[in-house]
Amino acid sequence: MRNLLAGIVALNMVLCPASASDTMRLAVTTSFHNSGLSDVLLPAIAEELAVKVHLLVVGTGQALRLGRNGDVDAVLVHARDAEERFVEAGYGVRRCEIMYNDFVILGPRSDPAKVASTDSAVGAFRAVAEAQERFVSRGDESGTHLRELAIWSQADLDPQDFGSWYSEVGASMGASLNTASGLDAYILADRASWLTFGNKGDLAMLYSGDSSLHNQYAYLRVNPALHPHVKAEPARRLENWLSGPGGKRLIDGYRLNDQPLFTPNASCTG
Amino acid sequence: MNEIFQGLLEAVGLILSFDRDLVDITLRSLQVSLTAVAIATAIGAPVGSWLAVTRFRGRRQTIAIVNALMGLPPVVVGLFVYVMLSRSGPLGVLGLLFTPTAMIIAQVIIATPLIISISHQGLRELWAQYHDLLISLNTTRWQRMRTLIWDGRRALLTAALAGFGRAVGEVGAIMIVGGNIDQATRVLTTAIALETSKGNFSLAIGLGLVLIALAIAVNMAIHNMLRTERASLW
Repeated sequence: MRNLLAGIVALNMVLCPASASDTMRLAVTTSFHNSGLSDVLLPAIAEELAVKVHLLVVGTGQALRLGRNGDVDAVLVHARDAEERFVEAGYGVRRCEIMYNDFVILGPRSDPAKVASTDSAVGAFRAVAEAQERFVSRGDESGTHLRELAIWSQADLDPQDFGSWYSEVGASMGASLNTASGLDAYILADRASWLTFGNKGDLAMLYSGDSSLHNQYAYLRVNPALHPHVKAEPARRLENWLSGPGGKRLIDGYRLNDQPLFTPNASCTG
Repeated sequence: MNEIFQGLLEAVGLILSFDRDLVDITLRSLQVSLTAVAIATAIGAPVGSWLAVTRFRGRRQTIAIVNALMGLPPVVVGLFVYVMLSRSGPLGVLGLLFTPTAMIIAQVIIATPLIISISHQGLRELWAQYHDLLISLNTTRWQRMRTLIWDGRRALLTAALAGFGRAVGEVGAIMIVGGNIDQATRVLTTAIALETSKGNFSLAIGLGLVLIALAIAVNMAIHNMLRTERASLW
């Protein structure tokens, strides 16, 4: 009994985190994390800025919520309207665009709704709705979900009216892709998550390249005036680095299967 | 099916290569769940024995509530602990969110009702046997509880191990309050959830097999350490 308790105490002491360099918490979206870019950026940040970044991988909606509560020091997300509201409400200091990639429309290889032959994202969504082929929606207020809803509304369609072919799964990008893969359904995903996804099954990329599928990532620092405890200094240094030449070089150089995944386009407003 | 076989290979490969990340998250799983169960047992065993020896108004209702709390959804516990520990919450100043401590707190809440209930059920039988003797010796309530806890330690061990089983396999609560941060709060279950969401099923199954092996190892180690199932003691 005594041995057991001593063992538990020892385990707690050994795993006690050593706090050497500055650490900060950054909430990022699943799409960014799935791309693998963070595995390249984090070591460089630790080396060049002496900042250890702890990543919380959540959807955009939850990331902004964590920022609003002051539970993270900064967020890296992709939903422009929500981000601008976040800054306007005073939760964030300012919005810095960092890089972009794009969303893609995936579906069963046989493509029963003939999405591949449409000439716009809106057209592709209309084709799925007309054929009433199964469509999996994130349904979690993530950046990808908000974009999907925007495209439906551009197509003058309202998911509220859809029948049982439209499945809102309320899950992360990966979990939704697993569902779509299992159901042979259509789904909107970001390119990075799709390329790194390991359970593609019968899914294939059917449509991409429309300007309405542009996927902009932005970095927002949590306002230290509102939450005095946030690590404002490392968060500011990280902003400078991500929008500066150091970040640009790594983002630009990142390749997955010889495909560039992100294009840096740093600019800060506010 | 193929994925299960590949998962098996993956698990063997991971263990043989002594992968540093794997060792790290396995030790953290152990740290969080063992600490949580130690605390939950320290709370649950006395409460369970108290419920066995004491008669009071509303006792049946109390027991019914404790039994119902055994099924507490981990996600709800996680959300509750998150709201309490969030910087905007009542305990935000402590800065405990997204630390192993927060994960321990959540697992204590999850495991305690289970440990209370199982230890109460075990000690109740014992109390039925000891009742007349302990009453006639004019023992105090404290002495009765102590006697029950000591003589019923096998039942308490079962309760603690059940609590460990629930804690170590739990993912909903610790995902929310721990955040699954690499090298800080990632444990086996959250790593499995992450790999599943990436579609890396064989690695996820491999980690799952490591988790099962860990649970078996802990159970055997504790039985050994406490020398149960030995003739000389029982």
